[in-house]
Amino acid sequence: MPKALDAIAALKGRWAGVSDRASLDQPAINVPAPDLLAVLGSLKADHGFDMLSDISGVDWGVGASPRFTVVYHVLSTTGHEYVRVASDCPVDASPEVPSATAIWRGADWHEREAFDMFGIRFAGHPDLRRILMWDGYPHFPLRKDFPLSGVDTDLPDLEVVAETKTNAIAAPMAGGPFVAAPGQINMTEAEPRAKDESWNERRPKPGA
Amino acid sequence: MVSANNELTYDSKIEGDVIVTRADAVINWIRSNSMWPMPMGLACCAIELMAVAASRFDIARFGAEVMRFSPKQSDCMIVSGTVTYKMSSAVRRIYDQMAEPKWVIAMGACASTGGMYRSYAVLQGVDRILPVDVYVSGCPPRPEALLDALVKLQEKVKRERSFSKLNTA
Amino acid sequence: MPVEHSFPDSASRDPKGEFETEKMSISMGPSHPSTHGVLRLQLELDGEIVTKADPVVGYLHRGDEKIAENMTYNQFVPYTDRLDYLAPLANNMAYAIAVEKLAKLEVPPRCQAIRVITAEMARISAHMMGLGAFGIDVGAWTVFLYSFTEREKLYKLFEELTGARFTTSYARIGGVARDLPEGWAGRVDAFCDQFLPLLEEILSLLTRNKIFTDRTQGIGVISKEDAVAYGLTGPNLRASGVPLDLRKDKPYSGYEQYDFDVAVGSKGDAYDRYLVRGEEMRQSVRIIKQAIAKLPGGKWYAEDARRIFAPPKEKVLTSMEELIQNFMIVTEGPQMPAGEVYFEAENPKGALGFYIVSKGGGVPWRLKIRAPSFCNLSILPKVCVGAMVSDVVSILGSFDFVMGECDR
Repeated sequence: MPKALDAIAALKGRWAGVSDRASLDQPAINVPAPDLLAVLGSLKADHGFDMLSDISGVDWGVGASPRFTVVYHVLSTTGHEYVRVASDCPVDASPEVPSATAIWRGADWHEREAFDMFGIRFAGHPDLRRILMWDGYPHFPLRKDFPLSGVDTDLPDLEVVAETKTNAIAAPMAGGPFVAAPGQINMTEAEPRAKDESWNERRPKPGA
Repeated sequence: MVSANNELTYDSKIEGDVIVTRADAVINWIRSNSMWPMPMGLACCAIELMAVAASRFDIARFGAEVMRFSPKQSDCMIVSGTVTYKMSSAVRRIYDQMAEPKWVIAMGACASTGGMYRSYAVLQGVDRILPVDVYVSGCPPRPEALLDALVKLQEKVKRERSFSKLNTA
Repeated sequence: MPVEHSFPDSASRDPKGEFETEKMSISMGPSHPSTHGVLRLQLELDGEIVTKADPVVGYLHRGDEKIAENMTYNQFVPYTDRLDYLAPLANNMAYAIAVEKLAKLEVPPRCQAIRVITAEMARISAHMMGLGAFGIDVGAWTVFLYSFTEREKLYKLFEELTGARFTTSYARIGGVARDLPEGWAGRVDAFCDQFLPLLEEILSLLTRNKIFTDRTQGIGVISKEDAVAYGLTGPNLRASGVPLDLRKDKPYSGYEQYDFDVAVGSKGDAYDRYLVRGEEMRQSVRIIKQAIAKLPGGKWYAEDARRIFAPPKEKVLTSMEELIQNFMIVTEGPQMPAGEVYFEAENPKGALGFYIVSKGGGVPWRLKIRAPSFCNLSILPKVCVGAMVSDVVSILGSFDFVMGECDR
């Protein structure tokens, strides 16, 4: 039996909350947030999954509950196998999970990115601040309720703003990316539509 | 393009080995043929900029191989690559530190208009924060296109009044 | 009679023999003469020695992951070009294989061989660029110009195959965009033959060069444990002694048929990273030659992928079913089943991973790009401490990162 499946069986035996997660390729488990650090630590120490490949956040949509999930991909450099560990954030309004920086030092930057993009906080992280957007940016870009074109925001450097009279604006989209919605396979709904259908050339934007 | 302003000499042998010419013509000739770029190399276009500086396309033929990364020693800023909002203040500050006269080439689609990145983090065109002289299209533009832009910039410089830039603040 | 000068701050007048210095905080970047892109290093210096280094990234964050949620799978391919823009063909391939994993789609052997050849050519191109940039940083202009000449030859081949010098957008979900042109494989073979002696010449300019070895040996040492803990991958990891190469350990796209060695370093310093990259280029040439010798015939796309790969143009223009198929794939995107996949490919910079969450349909729900340069840079705060400022330049050059990938 491959090492990954052995490890998962052992973890399921030790912690009751660990359950299988549907996955198309690697073995994957769901872990509740309180057991997360223990499970990750055991994966590293007892089963040899010594490298953390990736931590990503997923936003399941404004109405979904749980709304945010944190997904860890760990790799064993000797056994050459991956395991996916997913943990739902318990509170939707202010998502938080424990930080894995004590287990892998490389988790540091991945968690900062998840915080920057989704607003997921990591308890115990040494220095949780934005990494890809500038420090004072008020929004979390990868959330589903944030538009792709962005929202008018103030730029951090006030001198440059005064000189150039420009700010961070919503990128001109002329109605939004014209693409089919994900997950829809009904033919009418699957046609690419303007995301923002409140206006077109003949009917101006309401409120503009 | 020959006009009365940039013709270097009207009769080169009239005074023997001394050439009598106009100040505009000489100054513009000198400025255009030694245009030192300040490479604001941000993304993929920077690789094509380096290819222009390398042996096959050789920007040195046009006098512009001195790519100093110091704004105080350069004439022309070549913005090559996507300018994000986070980077925009740095680009503007470096432009301000350049000494007059200065020109800007917006190289590539991302610098000209934001390119294919219509998103929350990308400045939709560097002309929102800088006055651009030449726009080069392409993603990335071929090195020949960048050389064409440099030649167009040289022609533009030759047409200018050479002291007018000193009067602008 | 000599005049006695008195300097009030002279160290020799200090009774204890040492004097207080203040730490200086400087920002190296985001626009700095190293050709590595927009990285900002906030350094705290005690004289010439670095006491704290804090990299600030994100100056090239373009929102690729958000854009991916609004594009069909095929529409996103040009964005993958611009991740590691020194080896676009490798990124294209990694992305296409990740999406094909969603559909559990197998591509024919010719397509796999073409992908391997182009990915290895991209590896040579990226390492040449890394070598050139590293050379420039430590002061060797000639290496840069020589390596760019080789890259121009590669660009000519890429242009003949895909239409663009780089940013090729060559891969499609289920295959590649077009078949190899006539004689292209022979030209690649000829390139490889003339490249090997030139590579030795270029490397000989640096390998035993006293200036280069003084600037790189013992600089930026990364231990095995640190490398694994911080998630380093690719040549940086192998130079520290961990023999992990995804082409050998988790082969994809037919890599198991080719015979090649994996270069592993021992000391983990900047010189080892340079040597590992040089050796990787030699091995890449080996792989390309084997792939060309064994190049199978057949189709370059998966013919049975009805709702995924657009049929060839002559069928689309003459037959109704292919016309409808083409229309559906272009407007709605290649139809993928619901589920999650994670795939990592061995890119020149490290392991490029794609984590795709799909709810069905032609547009992904979430696409996370695991960028090797992002992880490689996270070790900088540890490695730069104790080094001198000029060593920081050597360290950055030896890491060979790309900001387009790091910031996405």
